Amino acid sequence: MRILRHIFMLGMLLSSVARAAELNIEITQGVDNPIPIAVVPFSWGGTSALSEDVGGIVSADLQQVGEFRALPPGNMLSMPDEASEVFFRDWRILAQDYLLIGKISHSPGSQMVQVQYEFFDVAREQKLVGEVLTGNITQLRDIAHEISNVVYEQVTGTRGAFSTEILYVSAQFVSPELTYYRIEKADYDGHRSQILVESQEPLMSPTWSPDGRQIAYMSFETNLPRIYIQEIATGQRRQITDYSGINSSPVWSPDGTKLAMVLSKDGSPDIYVMDLMTNQLTRLTDHPRAETEPSWTADSRSVLFTSDRTGQPQIYQVSVNGGFPERLTFDCFYCAKGRFLPDGKNLVHVRRDTREDNSYSIAIFNIETQRVITLTDTSLDESPSVAPNGSMIMFATKVNGRGILDAVSIDGRVKFRLPSAQGDVREPSWSPFLN
Amino acid sequence: MGTHSMNIFKTTILALSIMGLAACSSTGDEDMAASTAATDTSGIDATTAAAQRAEAERLAREREAQQRMEAAALNTTVFYFDFDVSEFMASDRDVLAIHGRNLAANSSRRIRLEGHADERGTREYNLALGERRANSIRDYLVVNGASLSQIETVSYGEERPAATGQTEAAYRLNRRVEIK
Repeated sequence: MRILRHIFMLGMLLSSVARAAELNIEITQGVDNPIPIAVVPFSWGGTSALSEDVGGIVSADLQQVGEFRALPPGNMLSMPDEASEVFFRDWRILAQDYLLIGKISHSPGSQMVQVQYEFFDVAREQKLVGEVLTGNITQLRDIAHEISNVVYEQVTGTRGAFSTEILYVSAQFVSPELTYYRIEKADYDGHRSQILVESQEPLMSPTWSPDGRQIAYMSFETNLPRIYIQEIATGQRRQITDYSGINSSPVWSPDGTKLAMVLSKDGSPDIYVMDLMTNQLTRLTDHPRAETEPSWTADSRSVLFTSDRTGQPQIYQVSVNGGFPERLTFDCFYCAKGRFLPDGKNLVHVRRDTREDNSYSIAIFNIETQRVITLTDTSLDESPSVAPNGSMIMFATKVNGRGILDAVSIDGRVKFRLPSAQGDVREPSWSPFLN
Repeated sequence: MGTHSMNIFKTTILALSIMGLAACSSTGDEDMAASTAATDTSGIDATTAAAQRAEAERLAREREAQQRMEAAALNTTVFYFDFDVSEFMASDRDVLAIHGRNLAANSSRRIRLEGHADERGTREYNLALGERRANSIRDYLVVNGASLSQIETVSYGEERPAATGQTEAAYRLNRRVEIK
């Protein structure tokens, strides 16, 4: 059912003549002792070759998040596609903890396919889950990600985020007078990228509505920075601000009723909240220095922001009703772009420890224990965005002068990279759960 | 005694013509001032007249130099900033004052100040830095006679670098405000 809903949305997406920046995933660091899992290539009852390798996509998903190691099919002793063919001994010998098998079938002439999968705990010789997913033959990749979600949750207890997507900005330099700026959308692993917005003036700060149907962003297309909201499926959009000065950094409240933003109409950048029903603005900060980079707490009742009111950027929190902001970070030269993990205690941020170290990293600061963990070792890291299940953080950095997207697990053990085949990519924004 | 008073007279005329030179701006006026000086000093010896002409020419050259300097100042439209600093450099003060006076003298002239930052740090904070830099220059132009309504400011943050690369030299070129 979920799979079915997804295809109708895909069918309505805008097509564009320009090519989206192709992102090619590379796993750069995994855990020391990944969980061994065997994903047997799914059998296929049809005559023509399938466009997607479902088992291969599931293996790739599980390895990308670093906690799993998939057994190469060439090492397998048997290739079962249903429970009656499974001999657990075959998998114990190969030291596998888990086994995933499946088969794909369709009625002759139909566009619909049935994907049956079964997932086993090898040591306990027990089937953990089995399902049949039905979808259009063009949706095999969606179905594979759905299976990855189930397997991941069975093993880790955490909801999988394999059906999520990312927004990001790409910049393609053509000549000193011409750069194409694009807001693109892709699967979390960089596949199936497509262009949502294109301009010859800079685009910034793409962000998702909580229901995943709209995006907000800032565009310089009128030669002034203004905020727009756009329907993903139809491409329909509207400009929602036209104040003098900076209009930037739109972020939906998790309850979807408000949009936090930065406006400098009253002299310097401050944090404002727009009620999306009434278009009424509430000013949350009032300070002559810069207040920027708003982000909501999960209960939609407070907003984090960056302010340099003490000289250098630090992270603060203020009630959505206004009032005196509380300062959250102290022991850094530059702490900015704060956002909480789903637990509401761990604050992901961009951090430069001292004036001398001159390196901007992604770090997590626990506001209860005051412990800081620096997760990255590149030096120009920015724009952290957290997966909706809180497992990974995607961010932008520079490698060999190129803007790329990197991802790191919240414990710093796992890393993968999404370099673009052409141009710079930056400002990733991880979608909410879309399924 | 006679020679002495004549000297005093001459000095006064010279001072008046200097004031005339300082006050007027076209070459026509200058010639007139020079000829006035020649007429008023008729009767003095030829050496003094030559000295006066030389002085007038010197002043004309000085004024031309001043005009060239102002033209050069108005052609200077990019101003650079130190790291994490939003005040323009003290060495740019004279040039910016000339821009401000030029706006004051040409009330229909409109300009746009585009503020920029280098790529270090977060993009949205850099947007704020670029705006603060543009405002720092805007305020100084206003102090020098420009009207706020003549000036539009916009910040591009780190989105439009003038130079690429992760070097201090590139960063220096990118921390800037451009008058457009």
